[in-house]
Amino acid sequence: MHQTFDAALEINLLHANQAGADHNRAHFDTWGISCLNLMSSPGAGKTQLLERTLAVLQSEFSIAVIEGDMTTELDADRLRQYGVPVIAINTGRSCHLDSKMVAGGIHRLAHDYNPTEFDLVLVENVGNLVCPAEFEVGEHAKVALLSITEGEDKPLKYPVMFQQADCLLITKMDLAPHLEVEIDRIVSNVRQMNPHCAIIPVSAKTGEGLEAWYAWVRDRIQQTQQLQRSLAAV
Amino acid sequence: MHETDMTKALILTVKEWWEAQPEPIAISQVHLVVGQFTCVEPVSLQFTFEVQTRNTFLEGATLVIRETPLIAFCHTCQTEYSPVIGLQYACPDCRSPLDDIRSGRELKIDRIEYAPVSVSVSNTTC
Ligand SMILES: Nc1nc2c(ncn2[C@@H]2O[C@H](COP(=O)(O)OP(=O)(O)OP(=O)(O)O)[C@@H](O)[C@H]2O)c(=O)[nH]1
Ligand SMILES: [Mg+2]
Ligand SMILES: [Zn+2]
Repeated sequence: MHQTFDAALEINLLHANQAGADHNRAHFDTWGISCLNLMSSPGAGKTQLLERTLAVLQSEFSIAVIEGDMTTELDADRLRQYGVPVIAINTGRSCHLDSKMVAGGIHRLAHDYNPTEFDLVLVENVGNLVCPAEFEVGEHAKVALLSITEGEDKPLKYPVMFQQADCLLITKMDLAPHLEVEIDRIVSNVRQMNPHCAIIPVSAKTGEGLEAWYAWVRDRIQQTQQLQRSLAAV
Repeated sequence: MHETDMTKALILTVKEWWEAQPEPIAISQVHLVVGQFTCVEPVSLQFTFEVQTRNTFLEGATLVIRETPLIAFCHTCQTEYSPVIGLQYACPDCRSPLDDIRSGRELKIDRIEYAPVSVSVSNTTC
């Protein structure tokens, strides 16, 4: 009775997460919401960028934030000052958001508000250059941030994140005069593996490049709303 | 750290499959394919698998990991090439960026080896 059998599964390890992400995206699509997933190493400037972005785009769009943080609500509290719904998700021991956590956030949003009134959901992922790239949460686009203090070689060392990004923000540009950083090398390193993404150098401190970033966001919102209209027309 | 989550996802998927089997079975091997252009480190995966399967239906099962290399296709040269992770992603001949990944992003459960669990009543059949 030592016969063994072999079953071919060919199932993606992240199958469950992917299915959850598709489910979330379907919600966003029917509600006409664009969802952007912001990812970077710790401290690259995600929350600061969100603060600037909320201050400006809030008058144009109805925005909500899903804030992933391992243990605290510090970032969520910073963003609540802008008067938008901020749903904090404590990821606990987990170093990234996954689609199930974000589903919980979406359902809270839909419970407390009328979700069709929102145009944009900004997700701040946990500061980490590795894992968030593998765990889709239902976003329409991935935004990677890389601050110029991190070194030009980071895209080469953490390629998956930069290869997957739809938009790369090179942050803290105001610090360039104090550093020996070659922005061109950051760009060419990213271009080696990602010929398509938008690359926008910004400074949340001086406001440099932010108009280009807002224009990119507006464009994404328009795309989703067009999609929703075509879905509704069917 | 993320290997913990990957392992959890792995165990959950295998468990779903295991529970769906019509007859009780014991799993001896789980075969994984892990691409080199993923954020998963096979050694850590092995370790967390061992830890997380203790005292579960997978106790004693071994995890067999096959790694697949990063292979890209250059549309300019119409050839495959192997980028050097950490150093060189563009096509070595024409410098075209990495665009079309043909291998290296896999993260899947390939197959499972198992044996039926002989239930004690089974030898009383006439
Ligand atoms: N000089 C300068 N500093 C910045 C800029 N943006 C952010 N910072 C600073 O960088 C630090 C981290 O910024 P955060 O916005 O908290 O970064 P984060 O990516 O949200 O960090 P985590 O959520 O912890 O991963 C803070 O001290 C900010 O003041 C910028 O454009 N210029
Ligand atoms: Mg933050
Ligand atoms: Zn080529």
